[in-house]
Amino acid sequence: MLDINNLQASVEGKAILKGLDLHVKAGEVHAIMGPNGSGKSTLSQVLAGREAYSVDGGSVTWDGQDLLAMPIEERARAGLFLAFQYPVEIPGVSNAYFLKAAVNAVRKHRGLPEFDAMDFLTRVKAEMKAVGMKEEFLYRSVNEGFSGGEKKRNEVLQMALLEPRLAILDETDSGLDIDALKVVADGVNRLRSPDRALIVITHYQRLLDYIVPDKVHVLSQGRIVRSGGRELALELEEKGYGWIGDSGEVHHEPPASGATR
Amino acid sequence: MSAIDTWVAEFKARSAQLPGAGLPWLAARRQRAIERFADEGWPTRRHPRWQHSSLAFMEQQEFAAASGAGDAAAALAALRGGEAGHWMVFIGGCFNAGLSDIGALPAGVLIQSLAEAMVQRPDQLEAAFGEADDGDSPAALNTALAADGAFIHLGRGIALEAPIHLVFIAGAEERSRHLRNLVIAEAAAEASIVEHHVGSGTAASLTTAVTRIQAGADARIAHLKLQQENEQTIHLASIDSVQARGAHFASHSLSFGARLARNDIRTRFEGEACEALLNGLYHVDGRRHVDHHTCIDHARPNGSSREFYRGLLDGNARGVFTGRVVVARDAQRSDAMQRCDNLLLSRQAEADARPELEIYADDVKCSHGATVGEIDEDSLFYLRSRGLDEIHARRLLTYAFAADALERITLLPLRKRARAALLARLPGGELLEELL
Repeated sequence: MLDINNLQASVEGKAILKGLDLHVKAGEVHAIMGPNGSGKSTLSQVLAGREAYSVDGGSVTWDGQDLLAMPIEERARAGLFLAFQYPVEIPGVSNAYFLKAAVNAVRKHRGLPEFDAMDFLTRVKAEMKAVGMKEEFLYRSVNEGFSGGEKKRNEVLQMALLEPRLAILDETDSGLDIDALKVVADGVNRLRSPDRALIVITHYQRLLDYIVPDKVHVLSQGRIVRSGGRELALELEEKGYGWIGDSGEVHHEPPASGATR
Repeated sequence: MSAIDTWVAEFKARSAQLPGAGLPWLAARRQRAIERFADEGWPTRRHPRWQHSSLAFMEQQEFAAASGAGDAAAALAALRGGEAGHWMVFIGGCFNAGLSDIGALPAGVLIQSLAEAMVQRPDQLEAAFGEADDGDSPAALNTALAADGAFIHLGRGIALEAPIHLVFIAGAEERSRHLRNLVIAEAAAEASIVEHHVGSGTAASLTTAVTRIQAGADARIAHLKLQQENEQTIHLASIDSVQARGAHFASHSLSFGARLARNDIRTRFEGEACEALLNGLYHVDGRRHVDHHTCIDHARPNGSSREFYRGLLDGNARGVFTGRVVVARDAQRSDAMQRCDNLLLSRQAEADARPELEIYADDVKCSHGATVGEIDEDSLFYLRSRGLDEIHARRLLTYAFAADALERITLLPLRKRARAALLARLPGGELLEELL
């Protein structure tokens, strides 16, 4: 479904992704772990189309299409969803308006009839219940004054409503208490299906107790340096990132041809 | 032509026929006012209060009499949309009783045209009318030529529930309108007054408008102005308020139309513990220009003032805000806060924000801040990443920036009205209609 080959990306002239390869099949859940600064968020932002990042090389093919050539909103309409690490507050725009505009933009693209106000409310209220959000959050401005946990629930709500084919969760677990963590995990697990793929980016193993991944990758200094099954996450939990050898927290320059200092 | 001489000539031709021409005090004030206007001329950049909005071009400006003005009744029906309240309609600067619908009023409330008031209560008018040396020269031109407007008197303790709407529609065969509204609120009276300035056609013309408000002790007066003149109009207005002890005054100025719009908004705290809210929202594009020049005079202690102005500036347009705050020596414990935030929708647009604080007391809280920015890239990315196309996302964020000003309008029907007026201005506003 998603094939990332030798992806290189930089921000403000600083190289962050330095030849990243990742292959995700429909139905799979991949976890990407890594220390701070390893390029996890850059990967998610590049996949979603953030223009501040420049793609300097490599390719990303999604269902046979060149993902990198698609405008941001086209990616979203085609079924790519990024749950933000830091969801943006938009004072003055009600959450209800925002959610409905998003859902209908995606439905229109998929050739489905747009929701009218009543259908939409029925649908959104059911999903809000599932993520434990009170109805009042519909009428408040998008993310404005939401707590960290409320913002993340709102991301999971959007994910559920937009029914993406490829969802990327960018450290959605960070800063959450255990209840909110379970809500996020439950949202992801409900979305799991043979025709969907999910990429869960996280710093901690904790989330993977609730979302069992098919594959775990370790990102360090802009490359996938280890891939394995779920046991890799447990190993990281036990040993930390230092043992990876070229962790960005230890070395600030890329090691020459795999050498370690 | 709009040269000074032409206005003096117009005054000579019309002064004998102006309503109230037979009142000696009024005739004398008008005469002094036109002399002052002739002497000072249009303000230019050299005038300290007009540095960013010179009217020097007015000397050469042609105002042809408009022909074939639109259907005023239809314009009014579209504007009113069946809303209740007390409606006074002025066509071409003169009260139109047939289109007006003042409706039932509680005892102690008087709403009538200024021309009528000149006949029926000249003594009351003499005290409230204003002097020839009030304001700058455009206000003097208004004093000389104002023929009509609203006269509103609210008796002690009376709260008028429904808003008073004053609708000013440009008329046919005129090159200028000069309106003067007088509002006298006795102690503890409450009312909301809405001024609608509605353009028609595309002809260039001049509007001058002066609204004078006296808010008695503990009175609560809200003034909302929706300026939607045609885009060739020059709109020069002032709102002057004086507040007695504990009075609350709110001014909401929404300026969307006109080629050049200038609003001088002043309030003076003549008693202790007054409160003022000055809220403004403007949107200009093309080569248009808008200027809000405010002054809050904390003359007495324990007063509190809040100013929030927001501008949406597109094309080569320019938005100007000046916030003057004067705190007198014995006006201790005054609290004044001021903000002006501008969103530039084009690289060529320009915003100026200038605070002018003059503080003579030592125990005061005064703050001011101004920002000029563009649409936030993070927000734009967030919306697009949810499937909204870029144009929709930009419009939504533009609206959201302005919505902050709408939220301060507490009367819901008026907020809705202001929101509809904003959406009608914004390109693609129809996409956002569901926000209503």
